[in-house]
Amino acid sequence: MQKNASTLTQHNRSGWLFALPGFGLMMLFIVVPFVFAIVFSMTNQRLISPNPTQFVGLENYQQLLSVNILVLEPVITATGERKQDADGNLSYPRIRTYTRNNPDYAHLQGMKEWFTWQWQDKKVAILASDPVFMKAVVNTFLFVLVVAPLQGALALALALLINQRLKGINVYRAIYFMPVVVSIVVVSILWRFIYDGQNGLLNNLLHTVSLGHLAPVDWLGNPDTALGSIMAMSIWQAIGFHMVIWLSGLQTISPTLYEAAKIEGASSWQTFRYVTWPGLKNTAVLVLIVITMQAFALFAQIDVMTSGGPLDSTQTIVFQAVERGYGKQDISGGSAISVVLFVMVLSISLLQRYFTREKK
Amino acid sequence: MKTKIMKNVLLVSTIPLLSMGAINGLAATDLSLWYHGAGNPVEAKIIDSMVDDFNKSQSEWKVTLQGFPQESYNDSVIAAALAGNLPDILDVDGPVMPNWAWAGYLQPLNIDSASIEDFLPGTKGYWDGQLYSLGLWDAGVAMISRKSTLVEANIRIPTLAQPWTLNEFNAALETLKQTGQYDYPFDPGLAWKGEWFPYAFSPFLQSFGGDIIDRDTYQTAEGVLNGDAAIAFGEWWQMLFQQGYSPGNSQDTADRETGLIDGKYAIQWNGNWIALNMLKAFGDDVLFLPAPDFGHGPKMGASSWQFGVSSSTSHPQGAADFIQFASQDRYLTAFSDAIGLIPPTKAAADASQYYQEGSPMATFFELSAQQAVLRPVTPGYVVAAKVFEKALADIADGADVIDTLDNAADEINNDIRRNLGYGH
Repeated sequence: MQKNASTLTQHNRSGWLFALPGFGLMMLFIVVPFVFAIVFSMTNQRLISPNPTQFVGLENYQQLLSVNILVLEPVITATGERKQDADGNLSYPRIRTYTRNNPDYAHLQGMKEWFTWQWQDKKVAILASDPVFMKAVVNTFLFVLVVAPLQGALALALALLINQRLKGINVYRAIYFMPVVVSIVVVSILWRFIYDGQNGLLNNLLHTVSLGHLAPVDWLGNPDTALGSIMAMSIWQAIGFHMVIWLSGLQTISPTLYEAAKIEGASSWQTFRYVTWPGLKNTAVLVLIVITMQAFALFAQIDVMTSGGPLDSTQTIVFQAVERGYGKQDISGGSAISVVLFVMVLSISLLQRYFTREKK
Repeated sequence: MKTKIMKNVLLVSTIPLLSMGAINGLAATDLSLWYHGAGNPVEAKIIDSMVDDFNKSQSEWKVTLQGFPQESYNDSVIAAALAGNLPDILDVDGPVMPNWAWAGYLQPLNIDSASIEDFLPGTKGYWDGQLYSLGLWDAGVAMISRKSTLVEANIRIPTLAQPWTLNEFNAALETLKQTGQYDYPFDPGLAWKGEWFPYAFSPFLQSFGGDIIDRDTYQTAEGVLNGDAAIAFGEWWQMLFQQGYSPGNSQDTADRETGLIDGKYAIQWNGNWIALNMLKAFGDDVLFLPAPDFGHGPKMGASSWQFGVSSSTSHPQGAADFIQFASQDRYLTAFSDAIGLIPPTKAAADASQYYQEGSPMATFFELSAQQAVLRPVTPGYVVAAKVFEKALADIADGADVIDTLDNAADEINNDIRRNLGYGH
């Protein structure tokens, strides 16, 4: 240690003092609310209510996560035949006859159909207490699984493109980065116009390019295309951010390695495979974890563009948490969803860390 | 230099203010008023002049107005209530009032019931047997179309006494569709999300004989939101979109605003606030028609924004005095003339430009008086409205009618149970 170093750099206490504002804010805005969320999720806390808050144990989680299975036999007509509809499909009793006020199936009371499939001549139904939340979980995972690798890869491709010594390269960097700076709410409103089913830009473009052969698609109004549309737009919006991170990673790789590769006569693929990619290892881990966490927090696009519709095809976990906590004034239900989301993201981050750890 | 000038300006301007207070002798007690209409200059002007008049009319109270954008108004009130910062007087959306009264944000409004006897039922906010809020206008919804449209298609023009029946309405939609002149014959307005859904569409359900909540007990939605009448409504609702009679959830907001005027739609289900524009566009050709009678009489929604007294004010009398002052016919007429709202009293309507006897929009006053139904008067309405909105959006998108209504009824019942019956 240097002799003339000030006491500030030598004493642990001053270190803590410097960290205090940051720690304090993190405690106040992240840790404390989260502890509240855990506590609220086990009560019946409301946003506004004169009723006293009561402890309800795990009721909120049970309401959220209960799943059951029901196997339906085909309806048999009076003549002993299996009833068929006009298309020759077997018909089955309605699930509501089992889940609503049926004393023989008391354990299914209040459950709803999540999805069904045909198994031989039987129909198997998976019931959930809260199928909307289940769909939100599935959609969120789908979103993460598509967006994380795609966005990471495309951002890397862009970073490689703009990591060149060309004239005016900064203009391109600025252009690619621009969507990141614009508020996601504004971007969502604009893309709603682009996706508009009647006279949106995208439909007009496809119409022109296909010489009128492609019929207009109601991108956000069709359950089959809504989530995909939001994925595409989300990838476009945040790609610049990750491009910049990749770029900083690229610039830490020593030029001497590239020179050596050149002297050795490496092709550009070999250069990427054996010089660039290993050099980006740590950046890749960071980008992957950041994208995953951001993707799990998908909310603004949904809130502005689809409100979870059509037919729950764009419900997400965070949207459900907000909708329940504020829209339906059910703070306890919203808290329970947040806690579930926290556990999911934490486990996935831990898994990612495990798989990308330094192997010794 | 600049700051010095500013300081002088401030000083000079304070002197007359101070001396004014001295002349009045006793300083007036301040009352704060929160209002949702920031951003609407016409509305703000009337409110401002009303507040000015009140402040000049007596020396005991001085009301100061603070405007909020409508989108964030309710959140601001809830945040203020949680922080113990409510104003003395606030305005509240009619159907939300029971929620705020139950939560203890509002206190009963001390206004002589005789003085508001003539007010339209939708403008008086009663909860638990007591008056909590009073509206200076009502809002109504009607079928808007053009005389020429219906005459050309040879469709009977319905009247208040003889509205369309279900079959007649369906036949009219089919006839209009067959003409091929319109993108859609009927525009219920699904581009507008949120409160529009229960406000505009639950009257259809009620006309079929169903409802959002059982209004005898307010404890259950079972049998009314998923009973036979409601299922019939749901199937009719779904049919509108499957047959291509109506634009669905992804309707363009711009089309909602101008679709009728542009000739994309033949009939539109829309509020009186749009009536001025329609009059301007179509002149004498415009028709404001009652809702169809789906079996239990034609219905439309009632109740708009109203004024109430916050629970935390220490001057409830001053607040009530202001509200009473604001409910004079001349202000009711002024609001109506400026923005086309329905005046709450017959006298104000007769004095108004658009609602006097024989005026084109007079229908709305009669509609409000005869057909208007309040949305369920219960603190649980806030949640029920959201559930209802999602159910109708899903059905329009093709979800199974019976299952969707069952799920909606379950969710409402579950919410009522978890709120210990909402104080009914």
